[in-house]
Amino acid sequence: MANLDLARLQFAITTIYHFFFVPLTLGLSILVALMQTQYYRTGDETYKRMTKFWGKLFLINFAMGVVTGIVQEFQFGMNWSEYSRFVGDIFGAPLAVEALMAFFIESTFLGVWLFGWDRLPKRAHLASIWLVAIASNLSALWILIANSFMQEPVGYALRNGRAEMTDFLALVSNPHVLVQYPHVFFSGITTAAFFVLGISAWHLLRKSSNIEVFRRSANWATVYAVIGVVMVIMVGHTQAQHMVQAQPMKMAAAEALWDSEDPASMSLFTVGDEPGRRDVFSIRIPGLLSFLAYNRFEGEVKGINDLQAEYEETYGPGDYVPPIALNYWSFRLMVGAGFLMLFLALYGLYTAIQKKTENAPRFLRLLPFAIFLPYLANITGWLLTELGRQPWIVFGLQRVEDAVSPNVSAETVLLSLVGFTLLYGVLMVADIYLLAKFARDDSSLSPEPDSAQPAPAASF
Amino acid sequence: MDLNTLWFILIAVLFIGYFFLEGFDYGVGILLPFLGKNDEERRIVINTIGPFWDGNEVWLLTAGGAMFAAFPQMYATIFSGFYLALFLMLVTLILRGVAFEFRSKDKRPGWRSTWDWMIFLGSAVPGLLWGVALSNLARGVAIDANMHYVGTFWDLLSPYSLLSGVASLIAFTLHGALFLSLKTEGEMAERAHRTASRLWLPAVVVILVFVVASYGSTDIFQRLGVNPGIAPLGALAALLSIGYFIRERRHGWAFVASGANLALSVLTIFSGLYPRLVISNLNPEWNLTIYNASSSEYTLQVMSLVALIFVPIVLAYQSWSYWVFRKRVSRKDLEY
Repeated sequence: MANLDLARLQFAITTIYHFFFVPLTLGLSILVALMQTQYYRTGDETYKRMTKFWGKLFLINFAMGVVTGIVQEFQFGMNWSEYSRFVGDIFGAPLAVEALMAFFIESTFLGVWLFGWDRLPKRAHLASIWLVAIASNLSALWILIANSFMQEPVGYALRNGRAEMTDFLALVSNPHVLVQYPHVFFSGITTAAFFVLGISAWHLLRKSSNIEVFRRSANWATVYAVIGVVMVIMVGHTQAQHMVQAQPMKMAAAEALWDSEDPASMSLFTVGDEPGRRDVFSIRIPGLLSFLAYNRFEGEVKGINDLQAEYEETYGPGDYVPPIALNYWSFRLMVGAGFLMLFLALYGLYTAIQKKTENAPRFLRLLPFAIFLPYLANITGWLLTELGRQPWIVFGLQRVEDAVSPNVSAETVLLSLVGFTLLYGVLMVADIYLLAKFARDDSSLSPEPDSAQPAPAASF
Repeated sequence: MDLNTLWFILIAVLFIGYFFLEGFDYGVGILLPFLGKNDEERRIVINTIGPFWDGNEVWLLTAGGAMFAAFPQMYATIFSGFYLALFLMLVTLILRGVAFEFRSKDKRPGWRSTWDWMIFLGSAVPGLLWGVALSNLARGVAIDANMHYVGTFWDLLSPYSLLSGVASLIAFTLHGALFLSLKTEGEMAERAHRTASRLWLPAVVVILVFVVASYGSTDIFQRLGVNPGIAPLGALAALLSIGYFIRERRHGWAFVASGANLALSVLTIFSGLYPRLVISNLNPEWNLTIYNASSSEYTLQVMSLVALIFVPIVLAYQSWSYWVFRKRVSRKDLEY
C-alpha cells in the first residue's frame, strides 16, 4: 500500500477509536453534574452515591478520550503535512482555541473535582464538575468548527497557494457547524443515557444492593434518552436538508441515487453495482427523499451521475464519487439505530410513568444490549460524514491525495499504524474490563463505609 | 514588536510552562518505581501529582495547537519530520495517561506494577525525547527548499542530541525529586531529599558537558556573544544554587531554582533560535523563520486576541488548583 492509503487507514482507525469515548464523555459529564447538583440541593445521600458511581465510570472513559485525543492533534502534522500547510491558517486556530478555552478547564477542574471532595466547599466542588461538563462540550464545538471547514469551507481566501482566513466569525458560524454541533451534542446525551440505562437495568434485574441508586438512575436516564434521541433525529433531519444543499454528492451517495429525480424516491433497500453505477435490486418509496430534503413530496434531488458531470466541469477531470456502498449502509445503520433507540426510549418512558420499569424484566434484559446502539450510530454517522466528503479533504479546495506528507515513507506510516492498532487494541481490552468490573460492582454503594474495613483503595 | 514575534514569545512561554510543570510530574513518574517501596507508598507518590498532571500536559497540547495556528509551516515540518520520535512519544504518553487512571482500579499486584512501569516509561521516554528534540532544533536538521525534512529518524539521534536527552532526563528527575520532597512527609520526604542530593552533582556535570558541546554543535552561543545575557547565566546560577538549597534543606527554594533552571534553559534555546523556527543545516536560505512559516496577519491578530484573554485566565485557575492542593500528601488522603 502507498503511504496515502496507510495514512488514511491510520486516520480512520485512530479517529473512530477516539470517538468511541468522546460522546460518552460529553453526555455523561452533564448527567453526573446534574446528579451532584441534586445532591447539593437536597443533601440526599442517594444522589451522592449516584454521582460517585457514575463518576467513576466517567473517569475510566474520560482518560481514554484524553490520551487518544493527543494523537488526533498531532497526526495532522505527521501524516497530512501538506494539508496542514494549506489550511493551517484556518484549521489551526480552532484547535488552539480549543486547547486554551476548553482543554485547560477540563483537565484542571477534573483534577480539582476528583481530589477535592473533602477539600473544597460543596458549592465550589459542584462548580468544578460543571466546568468539566461545559468545557468538554465546548471542546466539541471547536473541533467541529474545524471539521466543518473541511466539509464546507467559509471565511477564507486563496492566497500564496494557501487558504487564508479572512473572517473568523464566518468560520465560527459556519452553517455546517450550526447543524452538526447540535447533532453531536445530543448524540452525546443519547450515548450517556443508554449507557446509564443499560447498566441500571442490569442492576435492577439482579436486585442489587442499594437498588434505589439504580431505580433513580434508570428514571433519569430514560428522560435523558427521550430528550437526546428526539433532538438527534430532529436535528439530523435539518442536517440532511443542509447536506442536500451544501454537499449534494454526499446525500446522493448515502441514498445510492444514480440520476437526479424529481420527485426523488428514497431507497429502502438497494443492492447496487457500484462500478456500473446502477441498481441490481432496489425497493424505493416514491417522493420520500424529496420530503426529507424539502419537507414536501416534490423537488429535485441530484443524482451521482449528474453531480459527477457537474464537478468535472467545475474542477476538471477526475472521479468525484465517494465510496457509495459504505456511505449507503452507514447512513442506514445510523438512522436504523436512531429509530430503534427512539422506540426503546419512548417505551421506557411509558413503563417509567406507569411505574412498571422494575417489573418489565424482558425490557430490562434488552437494555444492556442497547448500550451498543448509540455507538453504532456514532461511528456510522462519522463514516458518512468523512467518507461522503471524498475525494476531497477540504471540499472543493484540496484533494486527499494532495494532502498527505510527501516526505514520510510508507514503511514509517505502516510502523506507526501497526503500533497504534496494537496499542489501541490492548487498551480497549483493559478499558472494557474495567468498565464492566465497575459497572457491576455495587459494593461501594453500601450506605455507610464500615470503619472496621480497610480503607478503600485510592484510584489515583 | 510585530505579531510574529509575539507568537514566537507565546510559544516559548507555552514550552517553558510545559517544561516547568510537566517537568516535575515526569520526574515523579520516573522516580515512582524507585521511591515507592510498597503499594501504599507508590500511591502517595502518584497522588502528589494526581490533581495536576493532566492539566500540565495540556501545556503541550496548547503549544502544539498554537504552533499549528501561528506557524503552520513549522508545525507541518516538525511533525512530519520528527515522525517516529513523535510516534514514540505519543505511545508512551498514552500509556502514561491511562496508567494513572487504571492502576488502582484493580488490586492484583501484577496489574498495578505493570501500570506503574508504564508511568515510568511514559515519563522517562518523553523526558529523554524532549532533550533530543530541542537539541536538534538548536543545531539544525536537513530541511530542503520546500520546507520538508529529508533526513531519517537515525539522523536525529546523534551523540550530541543523546547527550541533550540525558541532560533533560536528569534535570526532570531532579525537579521531580524536589517536588516529592515538598509534597510528601516523614520517611518518604527524607528519601526524596536524599535522591535529590544524589542527583544534583551528576545533573550539573551532564548539563555543563552539554553546554560545552553546544558551543561546538550549535551557533546559539556564538550568536549570544561573549556576554550571553541573563537567561543562560541565570540558568547556570539556578542550577548551582540547587545544591546549596538542598544541603540547607530549603526544598521550596531548591524546587524554585530547579524550575528556574529549566525555564531559563528553554529560554536560552528559544532566544538563540530567534527569529528562526527550524534551522536547515543544508542551506541557511531554507530556514523556517517566524515570517516565512507564519499564518496570515489576520489569523495572528485573531489568535493574539484569544491568547491575551485566555492565557491569564488559565494561569489564574491553574495556580488556584495548586493552592487548593498545597498540603503534603500523607497516608490519610489516599482516597479521592
